Amino acid sequence: MNTLIIISVLPIVILYLGLYKLKKALLPVTVIGLLIALGFAFADWGKEAAPIFNGMMQFNNFSIAFSALTILSTILILLLSKDYFERISDHVAEYYAVMLFALAGIIVMLSYHNLTMLFIGIEIMSVSLYILAGIKKNDVASNEASLKYFLMGAFSTGFLLFGITLVYGASGSFDLSDIRAWILMNPAHLDPLFYTGVLLMIVGLCFKVGAAPFHFWTPDVYEGSPTLITAFMSTVVKTAGFAAFLRLFSTCFNPLSAYWAPTLLIITMLTLFIGNITALYQHSFKRMLAFSSISHAGYLMFAIVALSASSANSVFVYATAYSIASIIAFAVLILVRQQAGSDNFDSFNGLAKKNPFLALTLTIAMLSLAGIPLTAGFIGKFFMFTGALMQYQVALVIIAVVNAIISIYYYFKVIVAMYFNAAEPSEVPVPACFTFVLGLSALATIVIGVYPVLISGLI
Amino acid sequence: MTVIILLLLPLLGALVTLLFKGANAKTVALLFGLAEFAVAATFLSQFIPDATTQFGVDFEWIASAGVHFKAGIDGISMVMVLLTTLLVPIIILSTFKHDYKNPAVFYALILFMQAGLLLVFTALDGFLFYVGWEAALIPIYFICALWGGGDRIRINIKFFIYTFAGSLFMLLGLIYLYTQNPAHNYDIQAFYHLHLSAYKQSFVFWAFFLAFAIKMPLFPFHTWQPDTYTESPTGGTMMLSGIMLKMGIYGVIRWLIPVSPAAFAQWGPVAIVLAVIGIVYASLIAFNQRDGKRLIAYSSIAHVGLIAAGIFAWDIQGIQGALIQSLNHGINIVGLFFVMDIISRRLNTRDIDQMGGIAKLAPQFAIMFLIIVLGTAALPLTNGFIGEFLLLNGIYQYNIFLSAVAGLTIIFCAVYMLRMYKKIMQGETNALTAVFTDITGSEKIVLGIICTLIIVIGVYPQCILHLSEASVHHLIEQVNQNKLTSVK
Repeated sequence: MNTLIIISVLPIVILYLGLYKLKKALLPVTVIGLLIALGFAFADWGKEAAPIFNGMMQFNNFSIAFSALTILSTILILLLSKDYFERISDHVAEYYAVMLFALAGIIVMLSYHNLTMLFIGIEIMSVSLYILAGIKKNDVASNEASLKYFLMGAFSTGFLLFGITLVYGASGSFDLSDIRAWILMNPAHLDPLFYTGVLLMIVGLCFKVGAAPFHFWTPDVYEGSPTLITAFMSTVVKTAGFAAFLRLFSTCFNPLSAYWAPTLLIITMLTLFIGNITALYQHSFKRMLAFSSISHAGYLMFAIVALSASSANSVFVYATAYSIASIIAFAVLILVRQQAGSDNFDSFNGLAKKNPFLALTLTIAMLSLAGIPLTAGFIGKFFMFTGALMQYQVALVIIAVVNAIISIYYYFKVIVAMYFNAAEPSEVPVPACFTFVLGLSALATIVIGVYPVLISGLI
Repeated sequence: MTVIILLLLPLLGALVTLLFKGANAKTVALLFGLAEFAVAATFLSQFIPDATTQFGVDFEWIASAGVHFKAGIDGISMVMVLLTTLLVPIIILSTFKHDYKNPAVFYALILFMQAGLLLVFTALDGFLFYVGWEAALIPIYFICALWGGGDRIRINIKFFIYTFAGSLFMLLGLIYLYTQNPAHNYDIQAFYHLHLSAYKQSFVFWAFFLAFAIKMPLFPFHTWQPDTYTESPTGGTMMLSGIMLKMGIYGVIRWLIPVSPAAFAQWGPVAIVLAVIGIVYASLIAFNQRDGKRLIAYSSIAHVGLIAAGIFAWDIQGIQGALIQSLNHGINIVGLFFVMDIISRRLNTRDIDQMGGIAKLAPQFAIMFLIIVLGTAALPLTNGFIGEFLLLNGIYQYNIFLSAVAGLTIIFCAVYMLRMYKKIMQGETNALTAVFTDITGSEKIVLGIICTLIIVIGVYPQCILHLSEASVHHLIEQVNQNKLTSVK
């Protein structure tokens, strides 16, 4: 609870700092505030608190672990933002503030125990993101991204809200435990309205996490937004979306898995194929990352399709590995883009000669995303595959393997460009904070890959 | 002493090598390769050749997933460990005449790969085996793609995707066995005693088969191999052909057949026929090769086909033959690729049709090359003979006709090997070959060691055979028992 309060108050403080033109203090205050929030989150660890505020929120280990992950990812992204926002906007304080507001919405999404709170959390996050996507006011692509995201997002929120209403109409409650109790009480004849409601909620949530066939907004929004915001959306926001998705289905709708699992199974397969095959054809690294994030959404869906006690753990490990690797990829992209001026794979040519450190960290990130052993990404895939095979989803796992093979091709494309393609020698300057974030993330990827027990037993 | 030392020393070597610049990196890497061989030799001297697993290590790695770090050495592993630790210093030494760019990285990758290979050969836990399997793949990809020639990027991405596809299916097989294991762990002994139905075993069999058949490679999964071998730097080709393909052979003996004995009883004939087809097919293609490196690559497919057929025959001679022949094939093919490297470095071509008359110019080289060719062609008193004899004997007891077809490999091999020797070494010296100089320094040492090994193993093969005999006996008995209980 304290975490949420701090993260809600922090952006207001930031706005005042902005008002008094204390630009230098923005980043330190934000990071320190987030670290305090993180400390409060850990203080509640293991208490398994009951729902509070008339069952609106519940801060259990699940929400604490995911809060910690999202807060840490946000800190890493903010560390990359030194000097970045100044270049694209005059109103730097708003930037930090809006990002923190989004994070506050995310904490609500991770801790809800009532469908209204789920909706409010998603809205707080989404509205902030619409602003962030369009923060480059004079850039057409950024404006387009913002408008597209807003229209699509509003549309999907409509679906979600409609679904919540129908579920409420059938079961008479917004409370997760009450709905679950109601399902268990009337197992034989549930109202068709209820099923429709669940289906509509699936549609709404799939929109938010970018699963096919509701993924159409993703590539354009990711490409048009400022790269740091894209990094934020594809890591923190995606993690939060999946955590909310999983929380709903594992605590509330799990008795009905026979009904919704086939739907999600098809969505998962589609997501994997569409994400991977489209990523194959991209020339832009940023757009490739957007499509690869769709395919990773497919792997993350495994945990929901093959729902079990270990699902939360699998999602947590996978999301951690994916977030860290994506942050590396976007950070290197920012630097390369500054130097080469474009997002294309060609910009990476000869990076290994220009800057071996950047090339090495990006290679580790790509290997992790591709799921090669001794990196965190492999551990994530390993847990996902194990969970799915435990539930006898053999066809799904085989399709996932085929997709993992396809993904090698485009992840290696950038490695090939960096190490094997020649380019004119030039310098790629790396600011100290980038070195710190990249080094830390690459190290974490390897450490988790070698000794996953550090994070795998948490939830 | 535990196997941990064996696994960590090359990793340490890789890190230390990275610190050195220029030619020093070679020497440091060689020293670590020799130190690793010394460690293996100590293991060998303390090794008791019975069926037990020795020098074992076992601790919990990922508790929630039932993964243990469990490794050890029995007779079968011992032969493979010997092969790896023996060949790596030879391979490092054989690259001394090359000036690779970024030598520190090159040699560090070789040592890193050695750690992965040794992990594969000693792992007794499915997850650990898979980790080693992939850990050996990443460095060789970079070795081949960074220091290779020709169209190396396309070729190596094909190689990588091929082998990665195979290993992912193997991973599924391993996870499937885990889900069927009531103890919920990846222990190989637990996997041996699962007693699944033949239908369930079939999935596991084919998942594993795919991985191992691609790695060896067996017909029809061999299409990545000739290109990759040809375009890799010689050191990389030697690592691939000398050691890495033995991962597939070892995998079949240790994992594929023992974990799915009933499916093996059902599908074994298909596998052995594929292996025999590969022998004939690759030999026929080898006849027509003008590129020396490519010829050796195809000859390797034929030889590995014979080894695989011997394993799938699954009797004591077949497997003993496969093990000793793995070692021999490693030694011989490293020798052959090194010979080809010496020639192509002096003449700047690998086209054997343009060569001739080198024997007169380089008598020492000619003798050593001849010994290697004879070893490859399995002449009695060379190392190849005992291996192929045991293998054919094993296949003969399985099926006479298959044995007759597989036996063609000896004739074919003698034909294309001796013809290659004739074209390169004999006849008239021409304008191209007139500049050829005899071998010197490190070349002499490498070829000398290889020739000595060929003759020593050829005369006294028992020194290798006795290591694995008890383990092989034990394994075969175990599998035959499980085969019966599974069918019930």
